[in-house]
Amino acid sequence: MAWIVKYLWLIPALPILAAGLSALAPQRSRKFAASLAIGSMIGAFLLSLCAFAHAVNHGGHDGAKEVFNFAWLQFAAGNAGILKLGWVLDPLTAVMLVMVTFVGTLIFIYSVGYMAHDENFTRFFTFLSLFAGAMLGVVIANSLLLLFISWELVGLTSYLLIGFWYHKPSAAAAAKKAFITTRVGDVFFFLGMMWLYHETGTLLFYTNDPIHPGCLEGASLAAMVAKTTSLGMAVSTGIGLLIFAGAVGKSGQVPLHVWLPDAMEGPTPVSALIHAATMVAAGVFLVARVYPLVELGGWVNKAGEVIAFTSTTQQVVTWIGAITAVFAASIAVAQNDIKRILAYSTVSQLGYMMMGLGTGGVAVGMFHLITHAFFKALLFMGAGSVIHGCHDEQDIRNMGGIKKYMPVTFATYAVGMLALSGFPLVFSGFWSKDAILHSAHGWSVSHIPFYLGVAGAFLTAFYMTRQVALVFFGSRRTGFQPDSNSKEPAQAAHGEVRQAGSPSYEPHESPLVMTAPLMILAACAIGLSVIGTPAWPWFQSFLGQHHGEGGFTSEVISLMVTSSLIVFAGIGVGWWLYGRKPIQKADEPDVLGKLPLGMHTWFAKKYGVDELYELTVIRFNAWSAKACAFLDQWLWGGVVTLVSYFTLACSWFSRAFDEFVINLGFDQSCDGVSRGGNLLSRLQDGRVQIYLRILGLGLVALVLFLIWGGTK
Amino acid sequence: MTPLAGYLILSAMLFCIGLAGALTRRNAIIVLIGIELMLNAANLNFIAFWRFSEHPEALTGIMFVIFSIGVAAAEAAVGLALIIAIYRHYKTANVDEVNSLKG
Amino acid sequence: MTLPFLIIAALTLAASVAAMTLRNLVHCALSLVVAFAGLAAAFLQLDAQFVGFAQILVYVGAVAILIVFAVLLTRGGQAPEPTLFSAGWKWGALVAVLVFGTLAWATKNSFIIDRKPAATAEATVKQIGDALMTKYVLPLEVIGLLLTAALIGAVIIAMKEEKK
Repeated sequence: MAWIVKYLWLIPALPILAAGLSALAPQRSRKFAASLAIGSMIGAFLLSLCAFAHAVNHGGHDGAKEVFNFAWLQFAAGNAGILKLGWVLDPLTAVMLVMVTFVGTLIFIYSVGYMAHDENFTRFFTFLSLFAGAMLGVVIANSLLLLFISWELVGLTSYLLIGFWYHKPSAAAAAKKAFITTRVGDVFFFLGMMWLYHETGTLLFYTNDPIHPGCLEGASLAAMVAKTTSLGMAVSTGIGLLIFAGAVGKSGQVPLHVWLPDAMEGPTPVSALIHAATMVAAGVFLVARVYPLVELGGWVNKAGEVIAFTSTTQQVVTWIGAITAVFAASIAVAQNDIKRILAYSTVSQLGYMMMGLGTGGVAVGMFHLITHAFFKALLFMGAGSVIHGCHDEQDIRNMGGIKKYMPVTFATYAVGMLALSGFPLVFSGFWSKDAILHSAHGWSVSHIPFYLGVAGAFLTAFYMTRQVALVFFGSRRTGFQPDSNSKEPAQAAHGEVRQAGSPSYEPHESPLVMTAPLMILAACAIGLSVIGTPAWPWFQSFLGQHHGEGGFTSEVISLMVTSSLIVFAGIGVGWWLYGRKPIQKADEPDVLGKLPLGMHTWFAKKYGVDELYELTVIRFNAWSAKACAFLDQWLWGGVVTLVSYFTLACSWFSRAFDEFVINLGFDQSCDGVSRGGNLLSRLQDGRVQIYLRILGLGLVALVLFLIWGGTK
Repeated sequence: MTPLAGYLILSAMLFCIGLAGALTRRNAIIVLIGIELMLNAANLNFIAFWRFSEHPEALTGIMFVIFSIGVAAAEAAVGLALIIAIYRHYKTANVDEVNSLKG
Repeated sequence: MTLPFLIIAALTLAASVAAMTLRNLVHCALSLVVAFAGLAAAFLQLDAQFVGFAQILVYVGAVAILIVFAVLLTRGGQAPEPTLFSAGWKWGALVAVLVFGTLAWATKNSFIIDRKPAATAEATVKQIGDALMTKYVLPLEVIGLLLTAALIGAVIIAMKEEKK
């Protein structure tokens, strides 16, 4: 076995070790914590490159998966009683490793500048390293259990990082919301995992052993698709849907998307790393990882072959992805916080990824995941740069004309925005989104997801143009107080009270430690387009896309033209409404307010999903918590009190018994002994003559006895 | 020679006179004298039995009496020492008054 | 019942009665001497010469003197006692009578009374010495120890306590 496969565990272990060491370090050792974190990520990145090289050299998708499994727990006798864990190095793992470590390293470097004024610098890097280690653990896991453990750890660090400024009640509430919402998904994930274990007897994905196959290898899959549950669906569908529910929670699909916008309470590097590039991508990654299970059970045509991308799970994934894509994009149109727009954009793009997975397979979805990671991280870091430069201003209505103060940020941000919108040919986002639209167009179940995707692409281009126009173009606007229903006050990255609207400060460009990663990521956003074009679909073949023809067919070209037109239309409308006549004052109402039916208000209020949950789920939860508290206090508390009373009664009774029965009896017997002793003591008063007299009598009695009876 | 019975009766009488004195007199020294008398009566009994035994050459009775005399002497010494010590403490040799053991 | 025996017996009994009943303690002690002498005579009559002389040596010469000393040490200046007898003396007398009755009756009914004595009984000093040194050497040693212990004990008990 190649050494890199055997030592693949070092990749997550290095950041976790860094986290452990920084946790022990005092808060003032900032250089130590930062250098440890960045050093460990660079080490992990180098190892990931070795792993990537190894995976490239070993035949890509069609080769056997290289795994390293080991026995972890023995809970029963025999082979069936061993719980095994392990890691796998296959193309999916390799690309994710490189992406996570590369983007992670850049964001770590960026954080050194962004968090420089924060007093909890060391704690930040501890949590960041822990997150990186856990995310890498999710990537390399060959066992669903190990993946779940790392998954939960990722959720924990997300909670810790969202609530990093825990004194702020909104941040603490957001962290709790994130954790609980993803937990809802995780419950289903766990159920699916248990069901999978029950069906196949193992949680290892691949074992390369035909006798004891992993749960994603031949015999196990065949068994699962053959069995049906009482509800009429195949077991594989049931398990696939349950596992997908976990991905819904973690990747912020409708209906569990509500935590992602609130997660913007965390520092911007956190938003960039976790809620754009990596953690939310974990859900997509999970579906990609268990794809052999997801694609089981599709429709069968007349020739008896299975039509691709038609299994129930794939359909559910696609529909939810498509709905999420449009839903979130429409909300993003009406948001005013620079990070919220990007958050809803992330939700929308995750929907695209799911759609790509459902209609086009692992390669299509993963390509968009990889490209999205780069340009979304770029956009978030750019937004952070803007926030930092505008002294913690986050409302885009209070910005404007930043272009001339922060040119580098503007340039890189523009690259990211164009990549996200899918500007044709140059930017990687165009190729990845186009691949998704192409597979959606060819989906045999329905064409509606394709139209939804197209609508979403239009909206994406539109709101990104709106954002760039309001932030970077026009003239400087200040002084608008955020209205009462916007949720977050500015993050106190500098620890100072924000001077709202004072014109005395000027935005300034961020230092090199923050802009250098921006530039690198911008270059990647353009450069990554090389590996996925139909001219040289290296990425797709590396990840094993067997379906679809290569090369520039007429269908491909017509689709490229269509999507380009959509993008231009979106940018054009956005420019027309916001860029051509930029708003002069911050409190002018939004142009879209003129849309009929109060659509703008619906978008701005996020369709009221949060309020709906508040009314139903949260109220129910609070009620049941009260009921449990009542039960606990009166029922269990009552039982405990009863037991304590019973104990008291027993002890009282025991004491009474002791005092009145035992003591009394004892005292009486002692009295008796004493009185008897008194009586007997009269025999022994020291008067010798009496003793002698008695002796004499005794002698007489003895002699008589001897004579008359005695010894004959 | 006087028959054995005579000596035995004599020794019995001596014994009982000694016993009577020991049991009835008040002074501790008289009690001791009575005890000496009793011992002597027993010695007489032994010698009488020795004389009238079948094998006087075994000297058993003589031996016994020799040792008895020795022991009686020792006992008299110690007993009188005790009486002297008690007299010093209680200032009396009256047996009735040495009764602090009475509970 | 030969006459010498009767005389000796009478003397001994009278002396012992006197020893038990006289008021003056020294008189009691001296009567005791007479009783001891009478017993020594009885021993001589029974051909136990050594024992008889030993009786005189030890009892008369030591024990009686010792008793006299004790009397003198414990009386000194004290008036003679008002009563002779202790409390409950009648019970004591009764016990003594009972004992005598029992002993006499036992003696009378025993089978050993009619035993005839041996013709001669020799108990020379040499024989006694030989027996003491061979057959009875252990009791001899033990009695030596006993006498030593009694000597030391008596001295310690009777010693005047030193008041520091």
